[in-house]
Amino acid sequence: MLDAGPAPLVQVRDLKMHFPIYAGIFRRHVGDVKAVDGVSFQILPGQTLGLVGESGCGKSTVGRAMLRLYEPTAGQVIIDGDDVASLPPEALRKKRPTMQMVFQDPQASLNPRMTLAEIVSEPLDEHTDWSRAQKLERVYELMDQVGLNRRFVNRFPHEFSGGQRQRIGIARALALKPRFIVCDEPIAALDVSIQAQVVNLLEDLQEKLGLTYLFISHDLSMVRHLAQRVAVMYLGRIAELSPSKDLYARPLHPYAEALLSAVNEPDPELAARRKRIILKGDVPSPANPPKGCNFCTRCPKVMDICKTVKPDLAEVEPGRMVACHLYTSAAGSTGAPEANERNQQGETR
Amino acid sequence: MAEPAASVLEVRGLKTVFRTRGGEIHAVNDVSFHLRRGELLGVVGESGSGKSVTMMSLLRLLPMPPAEIRGGQAMLNGRDLLAMSDDELRTVRGAKVGFVFQDPMTSLNPVFTLGNQIMEPLIKHMKMTKPQAEARAVELLELVGIPDARNRLYQYPHQFSGGMRQRVMIAIALACDPDVLIADEPTTALDVTIQAQILELVRELRQKLGMAIVWITHDLGVIAGIADRVMVMYGGQIVEQAPVRELFANPQHPYTRALLQTIPRITGDREARLKVIEGQPPILTAPLTACPFRARCEFRHDACDAVNPSRRAVDGLPIGRGHDVACHWHAPAGREAADA
Repeated sequence: MLDAGPAPLVQVRDLKMHFPIYAGIFRRHVGDVKAVDGVSFQILPGQTLGLVGESGCGKSTVGRAMLRLYEPTAGQVIIDGDDVASLPPEALRKKRPTMQMVFQDPQASLNPRMTLAEIVSEPLDEHTDWSRAQKLERVYELMDQVGLNRRFVNRFPHEFSGGQRQRIGIARALALKPRFIVCDEPIAALDVSIQAQVVNLLEDLQEKLGLTYLFISHDLSMVRHLAQRVAVMYLGRIAELSPSKDLYARPLHPYAEALLSAVNEPDPELAARRKRIILKGDVPSPANPPKGCNFCTRCPKVMDICKTVKPDLAEVEPGRMVACHLYTSAAGSTGAPEANERNQQGETR
Repeated sequence: MAEPAASVLEVRGLKTVFRTRGGEIHAVNDVSFHLRRGELLGVVGESGSGKSVTMMSLLRLLPMPPAEIRGGQAMLNGRDLLAMSDDELRTVRGAKVGFVFQDPMTSLNPVFTLGNQIMEPLIKHMKMTKPQAEARAVELLELVGIPDARNRLYQYPHQFSGGMRQRVMIAIALACDPDVLIADEPTTALDVTIQAQILELVRELRQKLGMAIVWITHDLGVIAGIADRVMVMYGGQIVEQAPVRELFANPQHPYTRALLQTIPRITGDREARLKVIEGQPPILTAPLTACPFRARCEFRHDACDAVNPSRRAVDGLPIGRGHDVACHWHAPAGREAADA
């Protein structure tokens, strides 16, 4: 996967995040919730990677593990040359200014007892030795950037609307001039008319400051608008990773196809004509994922091989990565030799 | 949709206010609408637009000290819900009108089995015996597509997933064969693939049972796929009302138009930039004397500050029967002279 263009700013290799389950009176370790189970992708500088999937698929966990808000179980997260997943604490602290996060719920992620100025300048307290005046100057600058009136500087979070609170969260993330920002469902808690305001702001900032985003969302149409490339996650693994326009025009993975067909298009003519793929049942528990392909219990195109062999993410068309036996074992269910080979790979995990 | 079908529900001039320490909030301002037999009426609006409060007012599901219904009529099959005594209303709730709430996680009682909760209305309203109710409960669970229904009856809500719980909520709402089903954002808390399952289920049930449905949502995509007719609410009043295709093809109110433009599409060309509705929805601390949308409207003129526009017909049909809009501005297509 050599890119001709600029080197990627963010590279994630085989990231795993397992949460142990303890049970019984001795709190014995009885298993793991494999929230993220071997995820790899890269993001070029100045670009946006969309990460989509249903709740519980592990998309937020990817974002958090990448910034070491969780200690990843395995894998590498190389951001701007350093492997964040293995940095020692002090080096990690020094690294933090380059990577920031915008959280989903602006209500819960802002301290209700701090004023806007305190919230936005807290990262500056931690990482700079600026004077108060310098910090305040930076806070004003940030407020201008995100479109908050300077008069509001001493207000508390409850005095702001949802959209404004999310702007505060964005200003805080920008305070240390990061290069990479994880946006974890930043618009999910906002009303439709406010969502567009925040999305436009994120786009403007990206253009002006050359930011790189990982945009985590379940809103597929918003991701289409924002991202150059999109990764579709299912049960802790990436099902498909494709350039946005290819994915939306012609999804390859059956899950991506079903997910896209489930999106409600605001157009009654189209809605009446569209063929929907209705998936049966619910997402299985990540503590006890199905054998073989994660999606085999709900897949409308399931084959025998899917129930035993885990498909790897492989490039099936230029730039398009898909983890599905439909594409890797060319002859479908007759791909026996290949299956064997993959089986061995599966066992080494 | 087919023209004449009698109204099951006819609401006229509904007004609801909340009395708070900071003053009165005028949540629902003179809302009138009707619901025909077998019809699915979509109600769209942002949070705070009054869409849920309107529907909850009808069944008096709001906590009544802060909330107060100031006026209006709500005729359900000829009887006024708002004039009923509490006892009478109790024979309507759950029996004639079913309600599905937004959050399936919190609207089921965690300490009772599902069977218990489904059978409750059957025993109370339909005067069934326990074995009868049990048989009916199994039937209902099968109707909404829950496998292994008989055993599931003895399980508790936490043993069900979100989509399953919403199916159970629908089963409870359908238990007594209501004439009207009010669904308040029933799919908002669910994932898209589960949402698609529920929408499919509702389409099926509607064909099978033919009841009238009010579907409250903020998602125009859901409305486009399921509704026959749509009401758009803003500032506690109906700002536009039309059959679904007409509304999407020919939106008249600046708010509806803007709303349709702010959402990115999943097909077609990617928009270079999303259109934005600047500003915030109004806080309704006083009765409306001017158009509630004027502060965010790109077509604002003097009349908008002076008079709160009343609904006027776009296509000449009586208000509520065709396409109507509450706006002083005339979209380029239709150009009648002055407004009411």
